[in-house]
Amino acid sequence: MPDRRLLRIVIAEDVALLREGLVGILEKVGHQIIAAVSDADALLVYTANHQPDVVITDIRMPPTHTDEGLRAAVTIRAQHPDIAIVLLSAYIAEAYVADLLDSTAASTHAGIGYLLKDRVGHVRDFLDSLDRVAAGGTVVDPDVVRHLLARRRNDGPLATLTDREREVLALMAEGYTNPTIAQQLVVSEAAVRKHVGNIFAKLDLDPDSDRRVSAVLTYLRGAS
Amino acid sequence: MSRYPDAWSAVRGNPWRFLTSAWPWRSLAYLFSTVPLGIVAFLVLAVVVGLGLLTAVIVVGLVLLASLPLVTTVVAEIERARLRLVLPKPSARETTPLQERLRTWRTLPVSWSEIGYVVLLATVFWLVDAAVLMLAISTPVVLILAPVLVRNETIEVAGWRIDTTAEAWPAAALGLLALPAAAYLLTGLASGQAALTRLLLDPPEARLVAAVTELRRSRAGLVDAFEIERRRIERDLHDGTQQRLVALTMALGQAELELADGPARDLVTKAHTLADDALEDLRATVRGIHPQVLTDHGLAAAIYELADRSPVPADTDLHVDGRLPAPVEAAAHFLVSEALTNIARHSGAQTAQIHAWVTDATLTVTVVDDGHGGADPARGTGLAGLAARVDAIDGTLDITSPPGGPTQVRMTCPIADY
Repeated sequence: MPDRRLLRIVIAEDVALLREGLVGILEKVGHQIIAAVSDADALLVYTANHQPDVVITDIRMPPTHTDEGLRAAVTIRAQHPDIAIVLLSAYIAEAYVADLLDSTAASTHAGIGYLLKDRVGHVRDFLDSLDRVAAGGTVVDPDVVRHLLARRRNDGPLATLTDREREVLALMAEGYTNPTIAQQLVVSEAAVRKHVGNIFAKLDLDPDSDRRVSAVLTYLRGAS
Repeated sequence: MSRYPDAWSAVRGNPWRFLTSAWPWRSLAYLFSTVPLGIVAFLVLAVVVGLGLLTAVIVVGLVLLASLPLVTTVVAEIERARLRLVLPKPSARETTPLQERLRTWRTLPVSWSEIGYVVLLATVFWLVDAAVLMLAISTPVVLILAPVLVRNETIEVAGWRIDTTAEAWPAAALGLLALPAAAYLLTGLASGQAALTRLLLDPPEARLVAAVTELRRSRAGLVDAFEIERRRIERDLHDGTQQRLVALTMALGQAELELADGPARDLVTKAHTLADDALEDLRATVRGIHPQVLTDHGLAAAIYELADRSPVPADTDLHVDGRLPAPVEAAAHFLVSEALTNIARHSGAQTAQIHAWVTDATLTVTVVDDGHGGADPARGTGLAGLAARVDAIDGTLDITSPPGGPTQVRMTCPIADY
């Protein structure tokens, strides 16, 4: 796989089977796994001591199996704002996106990702998402974006979007950049820029926002 | 006493077993303790009612009279405890602790049957008991002791004059025979009195009310157990099956990378897609059971998830701020989940609307579709199970589904009493 930036990564996942799977996939492409731990406390220790590029953590972990990973992510964001974070979950819900954006949005340039664990199996897509998060991007699971878009399809400014504009909006919300969106939809970058401009105009969003994923997601959540 | 559950069944049972059991003695103790209690009850009643009536004109009396239910409550409580001497089986009565009832006695409903019982105790029971005790104990004792007593004086028992030793010995034998008779008499009286006491202090209606209360409690317990079980299933699926399927997709994903283009890789890709579908199905199942988002974020967030993923497009209008009691959230979530499933399967609807709002400490949830109606709650276990769930949280469930539609499922339930 060409020109991939090799990352130093700490993994937290309590299920050994999945932890080993993740390590296998990431090491295969040359990423350096600093540590693969099974709970949030160990995650915080290794993160503080080794300053990885990216932290990948499960959300539900011992001891309470609720949101340990999410809380660890918030702590890491507060203490080490430069470390990118990918949250994995076996179950995804829009309400957690709100948690994620609200608790990790402030004063950050490091990327954040929220993905279903199944995505890891789609290895190329997963590695791609990881790269985007490591580069400072926001990546939200397509499942979440799809259902955000599906809600309230009959009224409001969203209804005024063309089908192509909705496709572009979905990819924006998932965290893709204009060149990648152009690639995926097999159109020119200029065309994508035009669609993005239209979308931002129709939804009344600030086109100069350097955090357009958050802006789009916030809009979609608000549209519900 | 273990052989017979109470004194009355002992009386009717095998005489030898009855006489060697503790029941005659327990009955004796019961009747004996009635006498002082009855006297005290009489004195207290006399003081309270007498003084109360005398001083009623200067208001003090009214206060005294108003304390009558307090007195009868205390006496009745003592009597219920004493009742166990001959009727050990505890009544199914709702037992508010005495302290609690005394603290709130001003608001207690006046129990006329308790007052009636105390009056009976103060005027009749103790007098009858005292008379019968005298007769039942003194007769055999005097007869048995006749050979000794006759030396000093003439004895007269029930019109029978005993003045010689020759007469005294048969009398003593008769006295021995009279002992079992006395035991029967005492136990019979005690049983009768206890039955009457129970009737007045624990009337059958009160027992029915208590039984209903108990049934409600146990049903609520069942629903709780049901809910705990659902959470456990969710947890098991999440920690077990789901994680293994994810591991499977990871392995298949790695295999896809390793394999060159060809039939083998196509098969692996197909297997991967199937595993993805299985995971999606599993997530849908978990969502219908008890999703984590319901626990973490409450009813509104969980309903949004259900609506987003409903096969029939569902609009939501939710005015449910903050968290509701867990059983209410679980029942309401279950309702929306079931209703959306039914709409997708049976209604032929194009759209559905979900409304939820809280007013006056009452949650109302409605799910309406634009389908062809004709849903029958009696058919299908989904709606019946729903009714039981809603009922258990003191809610009401209304399903209207005229032929031609629309179908509306509506639940209301109080949210204050938790």
